[in-house]
Amino acid sequence: MTTKTAPSPAAAPPSTPSSRISINLRQSGIYVAFALIVVLFAFLTDGALLQPQNISNIIVQNSYVLILAIGMILVIIGGHIDLSVGSTVALTGAICAVLTVQWGLPWPIAVLLTLVAGAIIGAAQGYWIAYFGIPAFIVTLAGMLVFRALTLTTLGNQGIGPFPDEIRSLSNGFTGGYLGNIGLGPLGGADLVSLLAGLVFVAAFALSQWRKRAARLGYGQTVDPMPLFVLKILGVGVVVMAVVVQLARFRNLPWVLVLLAILAMGYSFMANNSVFGRHIYSIGGNLQAATLSGVKVKAVTFWVFVNMGVLAALAGVIFAGRLNQAGPTAGMAFELDAIAAAFIGGAAVQGGVGKVVGAITGGLIMGVINNGMSLIGAPSEQVMLVKGLVLLAAVAYDVWTKRRA
Amino acid sequence: MSEEILVMRGITKRFAGVTALHDVSLSVRRGEIHAICGENGAGKSTLMKVLSGVHPHGTYDGEIVFNGEPCAFHGVRDSERRGIVIIHQELALCGQLSVAENLFLGNERARRGFIDWNRTNHEAQALLDRVGLRENPTTPVNDLGVGKQQLVEIAKALSKEVSLLILDEPTAALNDDDSQHLLDLLDGLREDGITSVIISHKLNEVTRIADTVTVLRDGKTIETLPAAGLSEERIISGMVGRDLEHRFPPRTPDIGDEVLRIEDWTVHSPAQPDRVVVDRATLSLRRGEIVGLAGLMGAGRTELAMSVFGRSYGVGISGRVVKDGAEIDTRTVQAAIRNGLAYVSEDRKRYGLNLIEGVQRNVSAAALGKLSSRGWVNENEEFTVAERFRRSMGIRTPAVSTQVGTLSGGNQQKVVLAKWMFTDPDVLILDEPTRGIDVGAKYEIYSIINDLAAQGKAVLVISSELPELLGLCDRIYALSEGRITGEADRAEATQERLMQYMTRGQNS
Repeated sequence: MTTKTAPSPAAAPPSTPSSRISINLRQSGIYVAFALIVVLFAFLTDGALLQPQNISNIIVQNSYVLILAIGMILVIIGGHIDLSVGSTVALTGAICAVLTVQWGLPWPIAVLLTLVAGAIIGAAQGYWIAYFGIPAFIVTLAGMLVFRALTLTTLGNQGIGPFPDEIRSLSNGFTGGYLGNIGLGPLGGADLVSLLAGLVFVAAFALSQWRKRAARLGYGQTVDPMPLFVLKILGVGVVVMAVVVQLARFRNLPWVLVLLAILAMGYSFMANNSVFGRHIYSIGGNLQAATLSGVKVKAVTFWVFVNMGVLAALAGVIFAGRLNQAGPTAGMAFELDAIAAAFIGGAAVQGGVGKVVGAITGGLIMGVINNGMSLIGAPSEQVMLVKGLVLLAAVAYDVWTKRRA
Repeated sequence: MSEEILVMRGITKRFAGVTALHDVSLSVRRGEIHAICGENGAGKSTLMKVLSGVHPHGTYDGEIVFNGEPCAFHGVRDSERRGIVIIHQELALCGQLSVAENLFLGNERARRGFIDWNRTNHEAQALLDRVGLRENPTTPVNDLGVGKQQLVEIAKALSKEVSLLILDEPTAALNDDDSQHLLDLLDGLREDGITSVIISHKLNEVTRIADTVTVLRDGKTIETLPAAGLSEERIISGMVGRDLEHRFPPRTPDIGDEVLRIEDWTVHSPAQPDRVVVDRATLSLRRGEIVGLAGLMGAGRTELAMSVFGRSYGVGISGRVVKDGAEIDTRTVQAAIRNGLAYVSEDRKRYGLNLIEGVQRNVSAAALGKLSSRGWVNENEEFTVAERFRRSMGIRTPAVSTQVGTLSGGNQQKVVLAKWMFTDPDVLILDEPTRGIDVGAKYEIYSIINDLAAQGKAVLVISSELPELLGLCDRIYALSEGRITGEADRAEATQERLMQYMTRGQNS
């Protein structure tokens, strides 16, 4: 097109990478904080934090909150909140128990039906929020009470268990030592399959990053300089392999870790690269502008809550399997952990901002604090105090960097 | 007392590497109306924020002398105590509270911590009389129009015993009547000895009311001129640094067949479903044609446009939208976009942009489908598209990943336009496309509109500025009280004629 313009705007300055780097600094604050917290507790616990069994414990103990955090960050990016996930965890755990223990359905069918139940729970709330226009805070506050009540009805006020072994191993189990162990010198024996899985993961990550970089270069975009790029890949590789080696030395990879890795990658990609994910960001960023841009605002909001319901059901199955019993108090206050994880991980209260990986990191920060403080024998009131202050500090940091920008 | 009430010398203000003000000087004589003109981003608002203490002493270099005394304000309260009151472009009123409560907010008429309502309302009435606002002090501010709210702001300033009143774009959101009233009021305040500094893009108002004009450009003081005998063109040449021979880029219309026809379009208000907002409006657009839609505030222009575009406004809508001879579905925004319509809102921050996202994601927002296959977005293609629009439209941004909220108004408007151009529509409805943007950027927007028409698209421009419509459009419809009351083509359209149509009541 011709731009015959008055004061020489055609000579707009070329893109410079400076702003990109400063944005990255703000977002990377959470990872730096996580690293510092890990180092701090490793030091305070004389390394007990990083022992193979303990790393395994941290992952298994926090898996359900991390799964909830993935769903919650999408809800929060969309500008909403979900207070009902704790009750949904309890209700779906109870449903799964009834299906397997009382009805004797095969476990895959029972799990599938439980996820469908989660979807229905999400759809019921999504309907009131998206199509009826009631604030999510109210709808899910009601849901929190209703689903807890339904849990009690379903369970008849008592716990139901035990669960089939397959469900229990999804929560507590580990991948088998299919190829045996290999020696790692002073570290002792480690499971070969786990190590290979770790290496494949790192290689795939490096390859995908490399291809992304090449594609960006092909389109003439600015990219991180090569040394920084290599450093990032190396950093991720070292951290992943360190965790994997420790796990391989203990009892191989927990199945929930495999599940979590798949969910984290899948949802990250979905949030950034799918039309649906982009629409969630645009709705949270500016609802009216999204509406006038032809985004199906109601449908997107509805499906975000359906998705939250499914993930809560997954968390419900895993939590019940871990305790080997569906109980009436399951999932109490999980919604608060999931919400805190999302905000520690950089989400904004107004919506439109946040990352899946950030929410998982936020959840891990709380998990490490929980675990590390219990290792040094701190009483639970201190753990609560520290977690509260960390949440406040994380959001204060976020507000501060925004104000400075 | 010296003749100068205010002298600012050598003011330099930097934001994170960007110099917003560079050695700016301003001197205002006691009792005058001093206008500050400049493009967006020239530093006008920043200068006023330095003066009023929004940017506290110590965050800038230079000195401020007010009433002969050097000043070091640490906040707005400091400057207000000295009698400097700033009224921002975005009004700062609490809509749920009454006029009187707003007037004395933070400055309550109280006795031992309890509000003295009699005194509050009595004094409020006196202030309202002074600004010529005939409203009850107990009316909630939300019930008043923007023009009256502006008067409430001024009354609030008067309650603080103001000696220097700063108004940032006071008439930007007002219709002609309200603007007129406001300017008369400033005239009156001048006679009462109140000095005013007014920032305005409306140069006709500046030349009418101001005694002195200071022009800023790129954060520097360019010149200070006495306003007597000053022409708008003279001010513009100072603002843009060269003469603008024409305010509108030249264009040779190439008009084809009718592409869109809106027939018998009727819309009711969602707040009062029995009130007709658009009344049996019929209008048509042809390929390559730029059509104007003129109307006073409240005539139903935006309501007409938004109701056509996916029924985004209004209830009880009836009528037909015909495109290329066949009736089309415009009941949802998706359908409207699919059928080749685009609507650029008058309020780009509220309805047009996701301010916390980058240029790239804003440009793609209305047509992500074009950049994706099976639901997955190709970010590299998206980047390329954003870069292409950045270059072709001259969007001044450090990078296409830069947050749109940090760009100037003109550049934000280009991003919104780019967003809709990327949907490749046949018909664009542009609602106040140059509101709140500076003269240079306006020229660029006009060029873009001309290009769109040259590509064979039909463009409907809604504008409150009649000269803009006259300079830009091939044909102009006038809307009054929801009805199309007249139509004039380029040759026969004049401001007087349009104004006649626009003020035609239901009975004529």
